Amino acid sequence: MGKILNIAPVSRIEGHASVTIQLDDNGNVEDARLHVLSLRGFEKFVVGRPIEEVCRIVNRICGICPWQHHLASNKAADECLGVTLPPTGRKLRELCQMLAYIPDKILHFYFLAAPDFVLGPDADYSVRNVVGIVGAAPDLAKKVVHMRYKSQMMLEKFAGKVIHPMAAVVGGFSKPMLEEERKELLEGIKEFKDFAMFTMKFAREDVFPKYLDAVQTLGVFPSGYIGTVDSDGALQLYDGKLRLMDANGKYDDFKYNEYQDYIGEHIEDWSYLKFPYAKKWGNLKLDENDPVGVYRSNCLARINVCDKMATPLAQEELEIFRKSFGRPAHQTLLYNWARLIELVYCAERAEELLNDPEITGRDIRAKNIEPKAGEGVGCVEAPRGTLIHHYKTDENGMCTMANLIVGTTHNNAAMNLSVKQAAKAVIKNGVYDQGILNRIEMAVRAYDP
Amino acid sequence: MAKVTVAEEWLNSCSGCEIAILNIGDVLVDLLVNNLDFVHIPVIMDHKYYGQTGEGTEMNIPEAVVGIVSGSVRNEEHVAIAKEMRKKCQILIALGTCATDGGIPALINMYTNDELNQFVYKDSPTTDAGEPPTKNIPALLDKCYALDEIVDVDIYLPGCPPHPDWITAAVLALLDGKTEFAMPEKSVCDTCPTIKKGKKGLPDIKRMLETPEFDPDKPIDDMRCLLEQGFLCMGPVTRAGCGGKSGKPRCISARMPCRGCYGPIRKGAKPIVDYMGALASNGFDASTVPDRRGYMARFCGAHNMLKKLG
Repeated sequence: MGKILNIAPVSRIEGHASVTIQLDDNGNVEDARLHVLSLRGFEKFVVGRPIEEVCRIVNRICGICPWQHHLASNKAADECLGVTLPPTGRKLRELCQMLAYIPDKILHFYFLAAPDFVLGPDADYSVRNVVGIVGAAPDLAKKVVHMRYKSQMMLEKFAGKVIHPMAAVVGGFSKPMLEEERKELLEGIKEFKDFAMFTMKFAREDVFPKYLDAVQTLGVFPSGYIGTVDSDGALQLYDGKLRLMDANGKYDDFKYNEYQDYIGEHIEDWSYLKFPYAKKWGNLKLDENDPVGVYRSNCLARINVCDKMATPLAQEELEIFRKSFGRPAHQTLLYNWARLIELVYCAERAEELLNDPEITGRDIRAKNIEPKAGEGVGCVEAPRGTLIHHYKTDENGMCTMANLIVGTTHNNAAMNLSVKQAAKAVIKNGVYDQGILNRIEMAVRAYDP
Repeated sequence: MAKVTVAEEWLNSCSGCEIAILNIGDVLVDLLVNNLDFVHIPVIMDHKYYGQTGEGTEMNIPEAVVGIVSGSVRNEEHVAIAKEMRKKCQILIALGTCATDGGIPALINMYTNDELNQFVYKDSPTTDAGEPPTKNIPALLDKCYALDEIVDVDIYLPGCPPHPDWITAAVLALLDGKTEFAMPEKSVCDTCPTIKKGKKGLPDIKRMLETPEFDPDKPIDDMRCLLEQGFLCMGPVTRAGCGGKSGKPRCISARMPCRGCYGPIRKGAKPIVDYMGALASNGFDASTVPDRRGYMARFCGAHNMLKKLG
């Protein structure tokens, strides 16, 4: 048996993982795995907490997508307690989610992924990062840092906290939006719509074309996809039905509370993270040439499963994307492209919501909410994919069970296949260096927020 | 000013602290260009523990003047990283409440690892039951620890997440040649402008299933103290600072009670004991509070503050 390479930590991702690559005697890849190294146990320690408090605990699952966990949790708690939201409460939640998406997308594209594309995958590790981008394109870097910061502060100013929020509550929202807040946000969001279009065009015309061969070779394999769509089949992030599409493009739509009929979770003894799989397609098979049960989440999945985008500029971008790559598109690096189509959508959707007269309504929360025994499944789309929060409560409204399947978890099987496929594609006959190994990490990075 | 070398690591964490670092804002670019020289920071930089081609056998993090660690300590690799950071860094900063007090993940200290594994790998309704994984992954410790239970810490910057004001203030102090920095030992109530009328005729304890009374068109200075309205608010036993150097408490600004995310006001304080005392002295019947530990030690379960009962 040949050498084992231990790439640790996998970097420029949000989270803790390592990759081990097992080489054979000839220096070719026998196997490669992505290990998720941490288990915090949210499912266990929210049990015993009052259900309305859980949304203030599970936001800590992820510092990049705390809003999405906060909202999925509130939706599950609404259902446990049988509460219906007033329209304004619902719209404020969705608006916050759109505003929370914008800095994520900017962060990922410019800070985490761009070093590989702008500086190149072979650049030395000491410059292949956001500091290197500052050196290579200082004006753009300043603009990006400023825009990301501004988008975070817009949401923070309205909702109190942008990281680990508390402003959504069971039954609705904690405070109404004032007219002057609406005007200020609307002013801001127009700037972000322009910035989103600038980024989309810059990436589409200047960045991605240089790496089309990498796109066609790194981490490419057929898989299924999961995402959320509305009754017209348009991509949704806050609410809708789940759509699970197979590798050939056939799909099932189902309600949140039917998720157990479609998704199972498999255990491997080398990762704390479980491996969700599509139950109806057979038992999970982690073979990059003939995968079974493997589906992916996150932006590329959402772009693949949707029939259309609900806003005009994003729809134009979807058409350009589909013309080049078809549906479903299986190239892992296209996550970076799909991410920016969603950035455009989020800016457009936020603008729509801010122009909706109901957004400043004062009826923001359901009344007379009582603790009671119940069960609820709440889902939203987080940057990394569909969040499924499934809770049960007792007659005092205390949480008695929590089953969570979150963005990254859906992608566990796919990330492993991408790593294996990429490792086999780039390491040949014992030849590898840091740039080559970085290409394997690029296949992991693509799945990040 | 010479550049200061910095190494950053995250342990049992969510990355919110790292996002808080980015939220320093426009100054960040100048700091990165002129003042800070990151030698290791996995969230944005590709330095590897075992060499850039993964062939080394011993973990190596470069030497740095300043070390920043977020997250609590939950597995054997976290211990190794914490020790390596301590060894290589002159000044070690515990960033965020997970590192300073255990944070949200220390709620697990109310349960055993066996109970955790039982749900995650056996009882979960979607899981094909099996044994907990053990290969090529670091073993869990018996519980969740704060950073200073494993290595000595020089500077504490709590918060979930820490406000960028405090991160900037600490960095600037260190750039100025100082080796110490401490946040003020004040309570959230000390910085909260809501109206306190005193103890008479206080209502029963309420859960957040109800909505506090406030006039949305007026600032929180015009709202009655949420605790006096009967909502559990951890302000009396929580360190101030969530609004930054001059801002108002952030959750209360959104008309929501404090949950204690900056941890105890000072090292060694016992928020559960202190808060029960505060409730009693305000005339509340503390026995009516459900899940007392889950409210009062929500962010500070390390240091033996939360344990498995019975």
